[in-house]
Amino acid sequence: MIPAPFEYARAESIDHAIELLSADEDAKIIAGGHSLLPLMRLRLARPSMLVDVSRIGDLSYIRQDDDEVAIGALARHHDVANSEALQQLCPIVSYAASGIGDPQVRHVGTIGGSCAHSDPASDMPTVLLALDASLVVRGPNGASRTVKAADFFKGLFEPDLASNEVLAEIRVPKTTGRGWSYIKFHRRAQDWALVGVAALAGNGGGPAVALTNMGERPLRAAGVEEALAGGADPATAAQRADEGTSPPSDPFGSAEYRRELAKVLVRRALEEAMVR
Amino acid sequence: MAQVKERFVGQPVLRKEDPELLTGQARYIDNLSLPGMMWMAVVRSPFAHAGIKGIDTSSAKAMPGVLGVFTAADLEGEWGGPLPFVWPITEDIKVPVHWPLTKDRARFQGDGVAVVLAETRGQAEDAVEAVHVDWEPLAAVTDLEEAAKDEVVIHEDLGTNVVVHWSHGGGGDQSVFEMAPVKITERYVAPRLIPNAIEPRGCLADLNPAMGEFTLYSATQIPHIARVTLGGTCGIPESKLRIVAPDVGGGFGSKLNVYAEEALALALARRTKRPVKWIETRSENYLATIHGRGVIHDVEIAATEEGKILGFRVKELADMGAYYQLLTPGIPELGGWVYMGPYDVQAYWYEFTGIVTNATPTDAYRGAGRPEATYVLERAVDALARHLGKDPAEVRRINLVPPFGEAKPSVMGLNVDSGDYPATFERALELAGYDELRTEQAARRQRRDVKQLGIGLSSYIEMCGLAPSNILGALRYAAGGWDACTVQCLPDGKVVLKIGTSPHGQGHVTTWAQIAADTLGVTPDDVEVLHGDTSISPLGMDTYGSRSASVGQAALFHALEKIKEKARTLAAHELEVAEDDLEFEQGAFHVRGAPDKVRSITDLAVSAWHAHSVPAGFEPNLEATAVFDPPNFTWPAGTHVCVVEVDIQTGQAQVRAYIAVDDCGVVINPMIVDGQIHGGVTQGIAEALFEEAVYDAEGNLMTSTMTNYLVPSAVEVPSFQLDRRETPSTTNPMGVKGIGEAGTIAAPPAVVNAVIDAVSHLGVTHIEKPATPERVWSAIQGAKGGAA
Amino acid sequence: MHVGVTVNGERREADVEPRTLLVYFLRETIGLTGTNVGCDTSSCGACTVLVDGESVKSCTMLALQADGRDITTIEGMASDGQLHPLQEAFHRNHGLQCGYCTPGMIMAAASYLKENPRPTEEEVREALEGNLCRCTGYHNIVKSILDAAGRMSGATT
Repeated sequence: MIPAPFEYARAESIDHAIELLSADEDAKIIAGGHSLLPLMRLRLARPSMLVDVSRIGDLSYIRQDDDEVAIGALARHHDVANSEALQQLCPIVSYAASGIGDPQVRHVGTIGGSCAHSDPASDMPTVLLALDASLVVRGPNGASRTVKAADFFKGLFEPDLASNEVLAEIRVPKTTGRGWSYIKFHRRAQDWALVGVAALAGNGGGPAVALTNMGERPLRAAGVEEALAGGADPATAAQRADEGTSPPSDPFGSAEYRRELAKVLVRRALEEAMVR
Repeated sequence: MAQVKERFVGQPVLRKEDPELLTGQARYIDNLSLPGMMWMAVVRSPFAHAGIKGIDTSSAKAMPGVLGVFTAADLEGEWGGPLPFVWPITEDIKVPVHWPLTKDRARFQGDGVAVVLAETRGQAEDAVEAVHVDWEPLAAVTDLEEAAKDEVVIHEDLGTNVVVHWSHGGGGDQSVFEMAPVKITERYVAPRLIPNAIEPRGCLADLNPAMGEFTLYSATQIPHIARVTLGGTCGIPESKLRIVAPDVGGGFGSKLNVYAEEALALALARRTKRPVKWIETRSENYLATIHGRGVIHDVEIAATEEGKILGFRVKELADMGAYYQLLTPGIPELGGWVYMGPYDVQAYWYEFTGIVTNATPTDAYRGAGRPEATYVLERAVDALARHLGKDPAEVRRINLVPPFGEAKPSVMGLNVDSGDYPATFERALELAGYDELRTEQAARRQRRDVKQLGIGLSSYIEMCGLAPSNILGALRYAAGGWDACTVQCLPDGKVVLKIGTSPHGQGHVTTWAQIAADTLGVTPDDVEVLHGDTSISPLGMDTYGSRSASVGQAALFHALEKIKEKARTLAAHELEVAEDDLEFEQGAFHVRGAPDKVRSITDLAVSAWHAHSVPAGFEPNLEATAVFDPPNFTWPAGTHVCVVEVDIQTGQAQVRAYIAVDDCGVVINPMIVDGQIHGGVTQGIAEALFEEAVYDAEGNLMTSTMTNYLVPSAVEVPSFQLDRRETPSTTNPMGVKGIGEAGTIAAPPAVVNAVIDAVSHLGVTHIEKPATPERVWSAIQGAKGGAA
Repeated sequence: MHVGVTVNGERREADVEPRTLLVYFLRETIGLTGTNVGCDTSSCGACTVLVDGESVKSCTMLALQADGRDITTIEGMASDGQLHPLQEAFHRNHGLQCGYCTPGMIMAAASYLKENPRPTEEEVREALEGNLCRCTGYHNIVKSILDAAGRMSGATT
């Protein structure tokens, strides 16, 4: 199948993109297009216009910036996975990127696109949530705001992003010395996570645990974190992995199974993070 | 020209068909186009069951590039009859009427209700969305046992969804089912599968209006059967209809069919006098191309305390889908002949009930009935072993039929050509290191490892080489089971084979060339194999049911024999000796006792062509046609061993090793045979662990794209360890048996048995396929619950 | 709208509808039908081509997104009548049956071997996670790629 007809415009700058988006509320941004184009081919999405931001110069950087690593929204999963800066300073991000989709998807799909799509089954939002990362959003008239991951991923395919705003940058803290783990449980290598767990532990900060595909948005496993803070061991703390979650039931797995899976995977992720 | 001394049969000759496929020069259906061609797209029902109160095509007709929109009513005059169904397996079978477009009611999600013609692919897809159908949604039923209650009747004229009942009629002493000391009953539910040839279907219809001559290019396994049957549906004389199967990107049974779109393309080409092209999308393929399996089995195994199987009794419910496609109710019946497997059982009973549901029609999917049979038998044998506390290998070993080299009757009534089941069985266990695996398994259990080891066995026989025409007639199949081949020896030393079977990945071009090369004293490169075009090889019954090597190849063999006899007459004439004084070896005739007096086939092809000096009555040219009707089926067999690791906390199973030892009779090209097993086994692993077509309660296909119908990738399967035994078939002159379906027949029970074996120490005795992580996990939880 | 790309070393330009997917630009606009389409959800990888040397699913990229880029398709793999080592290896190891997934498999492998010239079997399997084959069971595809990798890296060292 091919998409329904649409208009196409190439943005020369973020401001140009915002201008184009402001002129047409049914317009959509396309970067890599790997979330949007399959939906358009199935005609489940039919934007009136695509604003191609992929040619905007220098939005694919990955650079150290004080205590953070700043990642341009157009950095591809492939770039993120292979970034030496991230591998050293925040390895959970590069590791998670290396498992998104398949090599072809990683050659085109971008970190910004992944976040802006805000699919609860995506890996990167969960990792950003565990990291308490920030997302930099640009709007009309030069406006810029920085949003915490916990606020950005508002709901099912619902980022904190107005129709005329552009996600410009993702800022992740350096985790040097902290243990980490991202476990993605899936049936086939190319599939989305049935359940995913991001965990950070030790050395400068309390343990952080976040879950993929356990609700309408990525979730912090607050019960687990609380138990760990109270001195519980991973196995005990992991028993609270499904607290406050509302996992879906679909042909991949029932909600009940996902709850149990979350417990098993949280324990494994914590154990891995504590020795890494 | 000197004849070639090298022998090619039995060698891993590299494929002649590869160069175009490797360089992007292949001619798949979507690569073909014709001047003036229009694109066809089908408007399909979004509902599994709905009345059609009206169809408004006006806005679609007004869209840019749209050349026409047609409903069932618009096309009523085009049809000579409904879509073909050629296997009414019983006298009283109820046959749903199946038109290319449905008129008053849609009976499955994807049922075609209108068709659009437009200048481009995109315009056709746009117009489909603009056709407005006034639907009246009806209650739908996709569950077999629910459908059998007839609370929702899908075809009102039939009055019931229970459309056919067929029984094998039993074999042997049925009293064992009452008298046996051990009786095990099991129920197995096998979901529907979607075949997933990576090339979707497609066709391109062309017409010469002045001559009334039609050509249909179609991604089909069966150009010859399509020609006869589409001629009937479309009211085109067979003599005016040519079907061409270009390069076909995989079939697995899904292209062993005649589909509505082929008939629609022909009818619309006739209506518009322009070529009509249709290419299926993958989403459409999941709805509109046949599904496989979809059965429920109630199984009874009668045995002694020692584990000797006395009888096997099977009652099956089979999902027909909303209509019959070409063979639909014949598929369970095909399996009905192999439920005893390779075992020496005294009693046998098989029957099935076919039920219509609001779902895509089912039909032949790789193995067609025989995987269903092998699955339940091999699961039940493991259940028997568990019940008796015996090793499943030991139970199989004491039940295998001893080796036999001549055809002999089996308990189900048909003659089995030959077999040495213990040979493949023992070799498979040896290759797997069965005893060492059991030791490792015990150690892991002892250690309470998170990853437990499971070992699964599957011994199978299959019935291939469809088929003796007289038996097909007795089974009420409409056509015969012969096949045909023409061999032409050209004066330039090259050879042309025109054969009635046509491959879609199986490497026939190479295999047939190897055989002809050996007989005619040339190389495979000297042999052109033409197929898949009813104008080039007008006689044929096509490729399905592992029949090409055992039937088509036998026709080739006999055509080569005819060439030899004709050439012998000419050689005797040229060498001025009696025919009896000639010896034939590797493509040449030598005068006995005078080895320098020689005429090669290639020499004789020249003199037969110019015919300047031929014996009286000799027809010029070295050309011969043979038609072969097999006297029996062929019966390949083998044993597969699957080794899995199961994570008992998540339920996820990973295949660690897979060993297949098969006996497909004489092997012509071992490289190609191995490739067939690799692919078949992978489809079997997919069936066992990954794939399942899921419908919701309203009859919506939930696994509607490749993102949620899980065709496995290279990551999910291992490399395979293969070996073979060769027990020549007595059915055909070269002793071949067929290998296309063995993998999908053998693998599913080997894998599921392995998964159950991995967790059986936790009390698990049953897991349905596919053994998804959740099913395995649930089974472990259930067993724990039972123990508590 | 106007698209200009380099395909297999040749400059190709055309005006297309914005919705034209790269794969249909290649197949229908400029007539290179070697790249196949097997699905509509970027799952099967049959349509894989190289864009600026990296594997991409051409059914999930607009022709306009590829504007100005350098594209290699299966038709561009052989040079001077010599098959590419991957093509040769697929032939020698029976790495294809119906051939429909083959162009995508070869392009995915070509991209991967540039990143990792000496992969293990496991790495090759992971590199193929986005390419589905229904005929070969992957056994001989993996074997072909390992064979090609051995010959290609041997040839350059």
